[in-house]
Amino acid sequence: MKHVTEFRDPALAKGLLADIARRCEQIGATREKPVHIMEICGGHTHAIFRFGLDKLVHEGIEFIHGPGCPVCVLPMSRVDECIEIAERPGVIFTTFGDAMRVPGTRGSLMQAKARGADIRMVYSPLDALEIARRNPDCEVVFFGLGFETTTPSTAFAIQAAACEGLINFSVFCNHITVPEPIRALLGDPHMKLDGFIGPGHVSMVIGTHPYDFIADEFGKPIVVAGFEPIDLLQSVAMVLRQVAEGRAEVENQYARVVPEHGNPASLAAIADVYERRPSFEWRGLGEIDSSGLRIRPAYAAFDAEAKFCVGYGAEGPRHVPEPEGCACGTVMTGRIKPTACPQYGLGCTPETPLGALMVSSEGACAAYWQYGGARGAAA
Amino acid sequence: MALRDSHVTMAHGGGGRAMRDLIDEVFTSVFQPPGMEDQARLMDAALQKPGARLAFTTDGFVVSPLEFPGGDIGKLAVCGTINDLAVGGARPLWLSAGFIIEEGCDITLLRRIVASMAQEAAAAGVRIVTGDTKVVERGAADGVFITTSGIGVIAPGLDLNARQIQAGDAIIVNGSLGDHGAVIMASRGNFALETDLTSDCAALHDVMSAALQAAPDLRAARDCTRGGLASSLNELALEAGLGMVLEETKVPLRAEVRGLCEILGLDPLYLANEGRLVLFAPIAQAQAILAAIKALPEGSGAAIIGEVVDIHPGQVRMRSGFGGSRIVDMLIGDQLPRIC
Repeated sequence: MKHVTEFRDPALAKGLLADIARRCEQIGATREKPVHIMEICGGHTHAIFRFGLDKLVHEGIEFIHGPGCPVCVLPMSRVDECIEIAERPGVIFTTFGDAMRVPGTRGSLMQAKARGADIRMVYSPLDALEIARRNPDCEVVFFGLGFETTTPSTAFAIQAAACEGLINFSVFCNHITVPEPIRALLGDPHMKLDGFIGPGHVSMVIGTHPYDFIADEFGKPIVVAGFEPIDLLQSVAMVLRQVAEGRAEVENQYARVVPEHGNPASLAAIADVYERRPSFEWRGLGEIDSSGLRIRPAYAAFDAEAKFCVGYGAEGPRHVPEPEGCACGTVMTGRIKPTACPQYGLGCTPETPLGALMVSSEGACAAYWQYGGARGAAA
Repeated sequence: MALRDSHVTMAHGGGGRAMRDLIDEVFTSVFQPPGMEDQARLMDAALQKPGARLAFTTDGFVVSPLEFPGGDIGKLAVCGTINDLAVGGARPLWLSAGFIIEEGCDITLLRRIVASMAQEAAAAGVRIVTGDTKVVERGAADGVFITTSGIGVIAPGLDLNARQIQAGDAIIVNGSLGDHGAVIMASRGNFALETDLTSDCAALHDVMSAALQAAPDLRAARDCTRGGLASSLNELALEAGLGMVLEETKVPLRAEVRGLCEILGLDPLYLANEGRLVLFAPIAQAQAILAAIKALPEGSGAAIIGEVVDIHPGQVRMRSGFGGSRIVDMLIGDQLPRIC
């Protein structure tokens, strides 16, 4: 923990905040004409609010909260399909904890569990594999979701199941990738973005080169960042320095964890087990080309889509419209702040979330609500 | 020894000889309640004082696993109810204990749980004076569930409650937070994390009497159980109609708890405690309380963690080490570990 404490050092933070303020003044960033920086990753959104960084930085910085919370971008229809699988007799459905509360049209997995479905929270797909070993008479399904951070562990689980011939194990694959939605966002003429804070854990797997297009094609700076306050402040300062110097490059603030070329073993496992889907639906963003992964035919025996004939494995995924009044999509593309959503704090709270951004602690709305946001300003 | 079974069967709940044997050998021979009647008939000199008040509380205990580093469900059930009484300013005197036992429960385990209850009660000068057992079919309970009720006496003139809290009061805790919650998570074996942590499970009557002696104007106390410190403070802030501000750097946390929370994306302020309380006292008396409770084993890690303020009523905030501030809200549902 000493390691973490160093990255929360108040004196270092003060120095970086002064540096950020100086650069904001240098480039003329003000509250009215701010520099828009998108933190892509939900973990960064959470850290910014947890440590109150949004209020500490110069008022010329505006954070736009990106689409990097895997639970938040999960379409409602996929939650419905999870419940559909989980409610079949003889199925043990396993999932990461924070997917339990995401509402589908028939409620959440938590509610399905209360209705009698055998749904178990696990900490890793390898736990699900162990449940499959111990329950040979049951079909054990793991809800594979998340970005490149969690994709390798699901791939390893599928490889292990194939190796052992564990035919009662399968994965409901909803893995998605980071670079494609960023390309989609940058192609949106409404988006006002001056730079990016790049995801740390995802980049630990894929390296920094998949972001080259952000600098080369779109001329925007991106700094891959760690998750501690000092990491984030330093990354903001690095983005500002690029803006001030008229540069657009991929820089790596999180070099202590992120290798330039990623993690070869993880990348090999991903390539072995998955292939790109032509397109995949994102909640609030719609279908995005090449943004999702599916299990290769060689591992079809472990593909829950094929086994249970759901989602993209059926005649095609169902599309469920967002609940009335839910502005998650507009918030997620940074066009409005969570507090500007008409449902924020009224029809949509963490107790009764209407949209996905209120469900996960990494969702922008939940972070706003939990750590201050509008309530804080009003009090 | 009439009890020959190694595991509890439905017969032990049937009302016949098997039940009698279980109750006699496992429970009453250890607890030694007064008399042979079903109800206890009690008297204590403290009750005779004019103005003395009775305090009465009840609590149900379910925990998996039943035994964990630093305690078991029996110790929890005794300490939990003692603490409920103690934080209200009562001297705990008598407990009842109701057991719902799952068919198949290991009788040696049951004996260990009962021994641990008797030991905790004796150490606290509390007697377990009445009880009940029921046996339910396998699957209808999880090992053993225990309900304890407790009676204590509040001395004349003593009135601890949230409405006594005033702006400027110091907020004090008796030790590191979240140890119990972290131990339970780690001992469920869902992930391969090994720690040397032990539960904070403890009876806090001594801490309370030390605090009361040191600070004549102690305003209120609350045990921080389910929902952790954050939930207790939110309740108290609402009841008092005042705000609270914590200093992040002063909140005592063990490195292991902090690390476990970092890995799982949890907040230690919401982790359960079973031997931690929060005290409110005028700032001038805070150091005296600290010195008094630090002298006790259950208070050795005590610290002043913040103060009560007359702004943002009903809200708890925390100042970070470098000046940021955030709301510490009431827990919503359960804390769920993050994906990544």
